[in-house]
Amino acid sequence: MTTIAANPADLHDHDHAHDDHKPAFFQRWFMSTNHKDIGTLYLIFAIFAGIIGGAISGLMRMELAEPGVQYLQGWATMMQGSEATLDQAYHMWNVLITAHGLIMVFFMVMPAMVGGFGNWFVPIMIGAPDMAFPRMNNISFWLLVPAFALLLGSTFVPGGSGLGAGTGWTVYAPLSTSGSVGPAVDLAILSLHLAGASSILGAINFITTIFNMRAPGMTLNKMPLFVWSMLVTAFLLLLSLPVLAAAITMLLTDRNFGSAFFNAAGGGDPVLYQHLFWFFGHPEVYIMILPGFGMISHIIATFSKKPVFGYLGMAYAMVAIGVVGFVVWAHHMFTVGLSVNMKMYFTAATMVIAVPTGIKIFSWIATMWGGSLTFKTPMIWALGFIFMFTVGGVTGVVLANGGVDDNMHDTYYVVAHFHYVLSLGAVFSIFAGFYYWFPKMSGRHYSELLGHLHFWVFFVGVNILFFPMHFLGRQGMPRRYPDYPEAFAYWNEIASLGYAIMAAGMLIFFINIAYALVAGRRAEGNYWGEGATTLEWTLSSPPPFHQFETLPVIK
Amino acid sequence: MNAATIPNDVARRNKRAAIIALSFALGMLALGYAAVPLYRIFCEATGFGGTTMKVSEATASAIAVTDKQITVRFDSNVSSALPWRFKPENPTEKITIGARDMAAFVAENLSSKPVTGTATFNVTPVQAGRYFAKVQCFCFTEQTLQPGEKVRMPVIYYVDPAILTDPDTKDIEEITLSYTFYPLDQAKKGS
Repeated sequence: MTTIAANPADLHDHDHAHDDHKPAFFQRWFMSTNHKDIGTLYLIFAIFAGIIGGAISGLMRMELAEPGVQYLQGWATMMQGSEATLDQAYHMWNVLITAHGLIMVFFMVMPAMVGGFGNWFVPIMIGAPDMAFPRMNNISFWLLVPAFALLLGSTFVPGGSGLGAGTGWTVYAPLSTSGSVGPAVDLAILSLHLAGASSILGAINFITTIFNMRAPGMTLNKMPLFVWSMLVTAFLLLLSLPVLAAAITMLLTDRNFGSAFFNAAGGGDPVLYQHLFWFFGHPEVYIMILPGFGMISHIIATFSKKPVFGYLGMAYAMVAIGVVGFVVWAHHMFTVGLSVNMKMYFTAATMVIAVPTGIKIFSWIATMWGGSLTFKTPMIWALGFIFMFTVGGVTGVVLANGGVDDNMHDTYYVVAHFHYVLSLGAVFSIFAGFYYWFPKMSGRHYSELLGHLHFWVFFVGVNILFFPMHFLGRQGMPRRYPDYPEAFAYWNEIASLGYAIMAAGMLIFFINIAYALVAGRRAEGNYWGEGATTLEWTLSSPPPFHQFETLPVIK
Repeated sequence: MNAATIPNDVARRNKRAAIIALSFALGMLALGYAAVPLYRIFCEATGFGGTTMKVSEATASAIAVTDKQITVRFDSNVSSALPWRFKPENPTEKITIGARDMAAFVAENLSSKPVTGTATFNVTPVQAGRYFAKVQCFCFTEQTLQPGEKVRMPVIYYVDPAILTDPDTKDIEEITLSYTFYPLDQAKKGS
């Protein structure tokens, strides 16, 4: 990575009164074309959606704490206003898992990483005054709001056995076509259309910004790794989301206009939907983790006071992950009846991804090696990320084996695996980035003590929550059921206890944010000191409303 | 952000980059739809998903008959949108691998209107698809049944002896051939 010399004249440039002229409240936040304000809106949106998605997982852990169906019938009764049958209660469960998955993927992780941190820091890090298309940026954000409203609204209309879309986040046909009568699934599909359009527009904006708006001297191979990660992510979005859009549009016409793309009793094939979905779905999981990789690289380098080890290897490892990520999708479908040779290919291709991922993990460790480490809040979150993501990566290599997956498919082992890489990997990197940049974005310091406390409580909580799921999966507990035999009770109770600990950790997070905004110490321009070398640290905290009127020059 | 902060040449390049990126996205959207016929062609060519092979008379007559036998089970389904009854004459047949056999299905139009239908088909285990060859089949064409009409529909097929040498299929002792009849107007609207 390059070291960028701060140009003192640059800071003074922003003292011009008109530079920091901010529009009035409504115009600033509702008609925003400023990448930092839009980034802030995305982060607020992601936190809001995260609370809802997290609360839904709380309901699920409550129901799963003991065998039997304790609460679902009551909740379903509450939702529909009349006594719910057991079938309606089970449908309620399907609605909960669907909502949790869709909200966390499309309305929490993606807005936080791409929309939030991406918008905030990609332009600054490449020395650009703003995104290439500021008004399109505004559309991207405001498309998400109706998308989220449609998804939440779908839970109040019929979707089959009960209210809401109960298809799982994968929306597999035929459950989502002939299996879900009523408008709920249509609303959920339209929600995905809007969220997808939002992300595609965002991706076009990022690609254009990164290719065209870099400051003089900022060559591609000098770009900060977070920008590299966003570039790869934007390409994944651009190439995978339209395939999802095609697939769910076919679902929509199958449902409403009598087409039979996925209906065998009309010449279609439901397995084709799975191929299309996972051709999008697998790049999607890298979309959710690659920006995290970028952020972690900066944080590890900053708190080791060393440039990141193997910069080019790190950048091209992300490119490799992105490319190979497009040709491994059928490892999500090992049980649909693939031939042995096909399983062999998808197993091998999937395992190949462990190579660039390994390059990244070892480069982070090598960055720390011999460094002058300080364990500030972002750093411990980053270390937590490396630890958890590696655990999730190892179980991923286990699941990559077609033969092993025949046994593990749709068990809690899979649930444990993807929560270790996402709920613990992606989310830990989001928290790491949040603590790293929060004083930069808000101009206020949070409490280090509360930040550490948040980390430890959250770390212990999520491990107690998700680690037992490996055992449950190996014992054969299938995912997506609200009930289970007595034999699985022990570890389920412990997992639910872990959820409570994790939730307490989130409380500390919100207290810390409130404290920082109300009473936080003012943050200086570069509060992390010499380890922080990218362009955002040459600006004040928060940065001026318009930065880089005169473009910085990178040596 | 006012337009003045982006110089004209950058704005022009931005526009070009955005259009290129957008065309990538639209291209992927088109590929998503192209996947539907491509998937069907792929299945027909490779027998993927238990898709059976369609062979000419000439190919069929060049096949050597073996002394091994295999059981073929017939499964018949009718779309709920099609008012037909559709059943195989015999639920199973024991045939010699490599030898041609004719199986017959009986279809009856239960409605008072002429109805045109066609059938989708595949075999399980799906690996056997590429060795299950049809010389003639009612499923290759559309079938129109007059009100109350009852028709005997034949399929002439054989199991390719190569099934005995493929490690994926050499242990298969029974193949199920499945048909699903559906009304044709529904199919025209769809894929």
